[in-house]
Amino acid sequence: MVKPGAAANPGAEAVQLQAVADQLARTASRPWTLMEVCGGQTHAILRWGLDQLLPADLQLIHGPGCPVCVTPTETLDLAQQLAMHPGVILGSYGDMLRVPGSSGGDLLGVRAAGGDVRVLTSPLQALALARQHPHRQVVFLAVGFETTAPATALLARQALALGLSNLSLLVAHVRVPPAMATILAGEGNQVQGFLAAGHVATVMGVAELEELVARSGVPVVVTGFEPLDILTGVLRCVEQLEAGEAELQNAYGRVVRREGNAAARALIQEVFEVVDLPWRGLGLLEAGGLALRDPYRQLDARQRFSGSPPQPGSAPDSLTATTAVPSLAGACMAGLVLQGRLGPADCPSFGSLCTPEHPLGAPMVSSEGACAAYHRYRRR
Amino acid sequence: MVERIQLAHGGGGTLMQQLIEQELKRLYADPAVVLHDAASFPIPAGRLAFSTDGYVVQPLEFPGGDIGSLAITGTANDLAMAGARPRQLSVALILEEGLELALLRRVINSMRTAAGHCGVQVVTGDTKVVERGKADGLFITTSGIGVVEAPTDPHPSAIRPGDQLLVSGDLGRHGVAILAARHHLALEPQLASDCAPLWPLVEQLLAAGVSPHCLRDLTRGGLAAALQELGEAVGRPLLIHEQLVPVIEPVRHTCELLGFDPLHLANEGRLLAVVAPQDRATAEAVLEPLGGRWIGEVLHPHQHRAGAPLPQVRLRTSFGTERLLVPLSGELLPRIC
Repeated sequence: MVKPGAAANPGAEAVQLQAVADQLARTASRPWTLMEVCGGQTHAILRWGLDQLLPADLQLIHGPGCPVCVTPTETLDLAQQLAMHPGVILGSYGDMLRVPGSSGGDLLGVRAAGGDVRVLTSPLQALALARQHPHRQVVFLAVGFETTAPATALLARQALALGLSNLSLLVAHVRVPPAMATILAGEGNQVQGFLAAGHVATVMGVAELEELVARSGVPVVVTGFEPLDILTGVLRCVEQLEAGEAELQNAYGRVVRREGNAAARALIQEVFEVVDLPWRGLGLLEAGGLALRDPYRQLDARQRFSGSPPQPGSAPDSLTATTAVPSLAGACMAGLVLQGRLGPADCPSFGSLCTPEHPLGAPMVSSEGACAAYHRYRRR
Repeated sequence: MVERIQLAHGGGGTLMQQLIEQELKRLYADPAVVLHDAASFPIPAGRLAFSTDGYVVQPLEFPGGDIGSLAITGTANDLAMAGARPRQLSVALILEEGLELALLRRVINSMRTAAGHCGVQVVTGDTKVVERGKADGLFITTSGIGVVEAPTDPHPSAIRPGDQLLVSGDLGRHGVAILAARHHLALEPQLASDCAPLWPLVEQLLAAGVSPHCLRDLTRGGLAAALQELGEAVGRPLLIHEQLVPVIEPVRHTCELLGFDPLHLANEGRLLAVVAPQDRATAEAVLEPLGGRWIGEVLHPHQHRAGAPLPQVRLRTSFGTERLLVPLSGELLPRIC
C-alpha cells in the first residue's frame, strides 16, 4: 500500500509525531474543539491513541463521515423488502448487510430467511451478476460519499450502454459539505474547526470547502488518514484558531489537488443530480445527496419496482416498510453521536444493549462508525 | 477422463475396498489395522492428552499446505499445547461425490508427510461419501492422543501476575495465504501458510528447563483472541508492545490494504508461551533464533488503571499511546482451517 506520508520506519514516525505533538502543545493556549469529519479518521485516532498525544483541553469530536451510518432507514427497509422477493438478487457492500432497518432486522437476516443477498466489493460486480442471471432482477444498493459515487456512476453508464434490463440501483449516495454546514448551524454546536475528509477532497477538490469556510468563518483543513496526517491537520487547524484566522488549508497535498479528480467529477455530474436527502440521525439535509438523473433515472430501483415516479430520498408508499417504531429505538442515540453531540461511550446502551454482535444503530456496525471504533479500541 | 469420487466409494462394497486399498491405506502406520474396527496399542505411564478438531478449510489446497496437512498438524499442535508429545491420531474423511480422485490422492500424501513431521501415527479412521452439494469437496476430522511430558500441565489457570508472554514467530501468514488463495489476490512474492508442527518447539522449551504456565496455538482469531481468553482466565490485564510483535512486511502490507489487523489473523504453526519471569531469558534463547520474541507480560493488580475491568488486553503502540486489543467481532474470514 502506498504510504508516502509515513516514515520508512516506525521509530522515525514516532519521532515526527512527537515533534508535531510538542508543537501543538506550544501552540494551543486555550481549549479548542475540532471535528474530524470522516469515520476513517476516527478509527485511526482510536487505533493509534492519537488523542492521548493532544493537549488536555483540545477536544476532538467525531463527525458523521460514515456513509453506512447515515443511510436512511427507509432505504434499508426498501432494500430488505426487495431482497425478500424471490426474483431479486440484492448486492451491496459488506457493512450494509448488518445495519438494522426500522424493524430491527438486517439484510443478513433476510439472507438467512432465504433472500438472495450478496456482498459486493465493487459496483461492477453487479453488472456481472446481472449478466449471469438474465432472468432475475439485480439491485445494487449504492451507498457512499463522493468517493464511491464515481464507481456507481460507471456502473450506471455501463448498464445503460449494454441495455441491461435486469439491473437497477437503489441509490443512497450522500454529499459531505452540506452535513458539515448542518452541524455548524445546529443548536449547541461546539465545533470550532474541521478536519475535512481527505478522500472526498481527492475526488471533489476544495472549492465546496472554501465556500463553507467563507460562509461560516470556521477553519477547515483537508486531512489524510495516517497518524502524522491527522496530527498535522489538528495543528494546522489550531494554528488558525489561535491566530483568529479561518481559511481552507490542504494538509493532504500529496494526494489532494485543488481541482480534485476532474474525470471522476464529470462522471458524477453526468449520472447524478444533487437532491435534498434525509441522513439517518441528522434529518433532511438540503443538497445532502445524489439521485440518478435522466437518462439514468430508468435504472432507479424505486421507480422500477413501484411504477410510480422516483422520489429521491424516500421510498414510494407502496414499498415503504411498516413504519412501526422499533422497540429499542429509544435506547440508540446514534443521531446525537453522528452530530458529535454525544461521545459513543457516553451512550447508556454502549457495550451493554448495543454491541457489534447486536447493534442498535449503524455506528456500531460500520467499519467507519464511531461507536464501533470505541468498542474496538476503548471498550470499558 | 477425470477420476472422481462416487457415492459407491462410501458404500462398503468393492469400490470402497478399492479406495481404501489404493488410496487410504498408505496413510496408516500399520496398514493391517485399516480394516479393523478399532486400534489397540500400549501406552507409557503418565498422563494422556486427548484432542479433536474438524477441518473445513476452503480452498482445499493453498500455498504452503492443504486441508490434509492442516488436519494432521492442527490436532498434533493442540496436543502439544497441553505439553504432550503427540502419538496417535484418528482420521475421519467426509468426501463429496464428484471430488477429484487426484486431489484426494494429493491430500492423503500430504497427510502422510505431515504425520511424519509431527511424529504421529494414524491408527484408525473412517470414510464416508455424501451426495454432491452436501459437503464442500472434503471435510476431515482428526482426533489424537499424546503423552504429557511437561512437568506441570500448561493451563490458563496456572498463569500468574508477572508472567511473561512470548510468541514463537511472525504472525498472520496462514490467514493471508488463505485469503490470497480464496480471493485470487496475486501477492508478489506469494505468501505460504506457516502450517508447521509445534511439538518440536515445546520439546526444546522443556529440554531447556522452561516449565510453561500456559501454551496457546494461535489459530482462529489470532493473537488477539488468544490473549483475550488468557486475560479472562487469569483475571488480570495483559500489556503487549505492538512494535515487538513480529509481523513480516508482506503480511503487514496486505493487512493495510484490506483493513485487517495482523493480530486477528490465523496462524497454523505459531504459539504463545506464558512463562514465569525467571524463565523468560531461557525461553527467549530458544525462541529468538526461530523468529520468536518476547512481546509483553501479565500485569500485577496495582498496574491496572482505576475503573478499568481487570481482564483487558492493553496494547502499547510505537507512539507510546495505548489502546485495547480486542478479538474481532464477527467473522474475519470463515473456514480458514
